[in-house]
Formats: sequence, C-alpha cells, structure tokens
Amino acid sequence: MRVAVVGVQGAVEEHVIATKKAMKNLGIDGEVVATRRHGVVSKSDAVIIPGGESTTISRLIFRDSIASEIVKLAESGKPVMGTCAGLILLSKHGDEQVEKTKTKLLGLLDVWIKRNAFGRQRESFQVKLNVKHIGEFEAVFIRAPAITKVSEGVEVLATFEDYIVAVQQDNILGLAFHPELTDDTRIHEYFLKLANP
Amino acid sequence: MKLEELRFGTELIKRGFAKMQKGGVIMDVTNAEQAQIAEDAGAVAVMALHKVPADIRASGGVARMADPKKIQEIMDAVTIPVMAKCRIGHVAEARALEALGVDMIDESEVLTPADVFFHIDKRKFVVPFVCGARSLGEAVRRIWEGAAMIRTKGEAGTGNVVEAVKHMRIMNYAIAELQRMPDEKIYAVAEKYAERYVQLAKLVRQEMGLLTDIKRDDVIYEEYTWEEIVEGLYEVLLEIKKMGRLPVVNFAAGGIATPADAAFMMQLGADGVFVGSGIFKSSNPEAYARAIVEAVQHWDEPEVVAEVSKGIGEAMKGLDVFKLSEEERLQERGV
Repeated sequence: MRVAVVGVQGAVEEHVIATKKAMKNLGIDGEVVATRRHGVVSKSDAVIIPGGESTTISRLIFRDSIASEIVKLAESGKPVMGTCAGLILLSKHGDEQVEKTKTKLLGLLDVWIKRNAFGRQRESFQVKLNVKHIGEFEAVFIRAPAITKVSEGVEVLATFEDYIVAVQQDNILGLAFHPELTDDTRIHEYFLKLANP
Repeated sequence: MKLEELRFGTELIKRGFAKMQKGGVIMDVTNAEQAQIAEDAGAVAVMALHKVPADIRASGGVARMADPKKIQEIMDAVTIPVMAKCRIGHVAEARALEALGVDMIDESEVLTPADVFFHIDKRKFVVPFVCGARSLGEAVRRIWEGAAMIRTKGEAGTGNVVEAVKHMRIMNYAIAELQRMPDEKIYAVAEKYAERYVQLAKLVRQEMGLLTDIKRDDVIYEEYTWEEIVEGLYEVLLEIKKMGRLPVVNFAAGGIATPADAAFMMQLGADGVFVGSGIFKSSNPEAYARAIVEAVQHWDEPEVVAEVSKGIGEAMKGLDVFKLSEEERLQERGV
C-alpha cells in the first residue's frame, strides 16, 4: 500500500516516520511518501494532512491542485487523516479566523471548527485522553483547534473539557492533537486499518 | 480529568511548536499592516520588531525589545504565531514577552546583548525559544539551555546571504564529522564546548588572585555544575550523532533577500527560512513575500524559482559583509 503525506509545510517527516513504524507493527508492506506536487495523492491508498499553519497549507494545496486530489481520494472511500491544521482543512464549517484569513477548506468532515481554541502557544498542553477505539493516549495540543459541533454521522472519538478533539466520519479521521510527535503509533495503526479493513 | 495530568511548556510541546513551522517562511514585521501582508502571502509566523535589522544597523544605538504595545497590535492583527526578540541574556525582557503571550521568543544577536557571560536558561520558560548559531558549538550550547529551534545567524540586515551559507555549511560539516567520531572523543568536544560557561568563574578568581582551575562540582551557571554542563552538552552531541542532524528544527536566517536565496538555504538543508529586512526593504513587499514563500515551498524545482522571481522589482540594496568592522558584525555577539 502507498500512503501519501501532504508535504507542503509542517510536521511532515514526523508523520512519515510514524506511519512507517505503524506499517511495520501491522506487518503491512508498503511505502510512505511526502509530496509537495500534484499527481502523488491520486495514486495513493491513503493520505495524511499534517499539522503546520492552516493558512499556509491551505494556500499551497489549493494553488497546486493537491486539494482536488485529496477530495477525490476521500470520495472514492480511501482514508484521509488530518491532525491539527490538517483537521481545520478537512472541516466543512470554519470560524471567524478561517473567514478572516480567507482560508479555503476541503469540507470533508461535517464539523464546526474553532482555530486556536485553547489560546496561544503559552496555553499549549499535553494530556492523557481516552480515545474511542484506541484507549488512553498522550495527546499533544499545540495552538490547537477544537470542534464545537458535529453533524449527524460524525462519530466523536475524544473530548477535552467542553470541546470535541477527535472525530471520524466514515473514512475521514480528524484530530486536534499531534499523534506524530510521540512514539505511540496506535492512531496511525488504526488509520492504516481503515484502508485495509 | 485530573488536573495534575495537564502539562504545559514541556520540551515536547516547545520543540513540537517549532516543528509546525517547518517548510515555512517567518517574516520580520514592524506593524499590524505589515503583519497582515505577511499572513496573506502565506508566512507561517511573523517576528514582531521595532525596526527591521537593516534599520537597526543604520540607526545605531542600543537595540532593545520592541514596544509591547506594538507587539500586541501585531498579535491582534493576525491569526498565525507571533514571535518577538529579546536581548541575549535579558531574562526580564524574555519574561515580559512571555507575559504578553508571544508564541516564541528569539534570544537574538540582532539586539544589543544584555549579558556578556550567559544566555538565558530557556528551560525555565513555558514559551519556546529560538536562538542563532554560527557553529555546532553555539547550537549545542543553546539546545542544552533549552532552545526549541536554532537558526543560522548569518549577518542580519545586510541582504547578503554569504554568512548564512557559511554558517549552514559549518554546521553540516561539523555534524558529519561528529558522526565519524567515537563517543569518548565526543566527550572531549563537550568539554571544549563547555569552556564558554567557565569565563565568569575564571575572571572572578583571577581578579581575586585565586587559582582559576574549575572543579567538576563547582556551580558555574545558574544552578549547574561544570560536570552537569559537560554531561548535558555530551548528551546533546550524542543525540545529534545518532540523528545526523540537530534534534531541534534548524532554520536559515540573516541576509536572505531573494526567492533564490531562500531556495538555496533549503538546498543546504534548512528546515525553513527567516526573512528579515528582505521583504519590507524590497521595492514590492507583497510580491517578495509571496515569491519567497513559493520558493521555499518549491526549493527543488528551479523552474518554479525562476517563475516566481520574474518581475518582482528590486531586492533590498544590501551591504558587503566583508567591509563590516568586527563591531558591525552582529554574528560575533553571544557565542
């Protein structure tokens, strides 16, 4: 199998390493490629949109038409995961920050997103969360967004305080935190299993 | 939810923040309007300053932390992270910036150093720090002190990329050299790198007519003994040897003025680029900002670098680094 990591900006290498490790743990034979160009995502079995700056990543994926490839891949039922900025881009409903910066979203997750929901970097934190299907997980939140509301058909996987911080809508997985920054690859393994049910 | 399980300002969070900047361009701005231009162009963060380095250089005098009101205005204007500079060693400026809520502090040689002996013990802060480095030794010291990000010093405010290139090459060669070294030899490197921390103790003892030898359990910087510092630097060196790179994000900075400069620094292995005077001292800041973002994005595609460089106007004028006196060379500050 082939997993593409959208490599325009942010924690790309970390996702590549975590995904490779997850593949090894599951005994899956495959490759993980970081891509900044059109044409790779469409030839992949799954795609990850990493954390970084959502304004920057959005601008670059829409400009280089990687965005339309992601949407097509998702529509064909293949799994797509977004973490932090990636979650923002997957969402359908943006907040005032998304509007103010005219950030284009992919609209694949029927959720309402709030950027920088917990505050600035000073307020960034890590905490043990209970994540459905996974169990207890050390979640790292960095200037993280959060989900304020979900539509029917969106499964809530984890919450923190008043916010929803992990969701799944069929083949689309969205996380407000960064599983790629820790050595725990269970979320990446769960994601890979969506491609090979 | 048990409160004690919630942790702030850990090394993972601080280094993680820096990782989110990778592949991006961080732009120096002096007001809300410039910050908006930077965000619209696709900057991953902005550095809030009183003056860009070229103007700091031109005006002379003591360069200090920017007016918090200005920084606040910039923080209110954009949604991307806002960084700000404090003077080397100036703990009170750094604490003020942290209280203000800036997302990262640059303990920067572009401002006038406040402490000739030491840099800030950055581990004691919740907010992450970026520091400049010209060599592996400077980088290792800053990382041990808790820097979550390193950048080349280059020569800020000159619009001349030569020093940034030099610093990146020195860093890369030193890392390759380290990878060929046995661990016991690396310990000697750590001892050499630790010498910087001994200067104050030596100076005082010399002035008092005492022996200047430093014993392993002498406390010489903050609460750390000579031995703890050497051990700490040694661990950082071993981590670099294992990874074949710095364990924190490493950006290019200091003299980057064109899209091709930025692409070149990425080719040399930079994780991203700081552009100081290069944008707002060019003839068309909007065009330069967008073009440099594109060039960093597509650093390995010469046709894109060529395309985005077309007709964007004049780059900042720039200075010949080799004609600067030692006092004018900002990179000599804070080693």
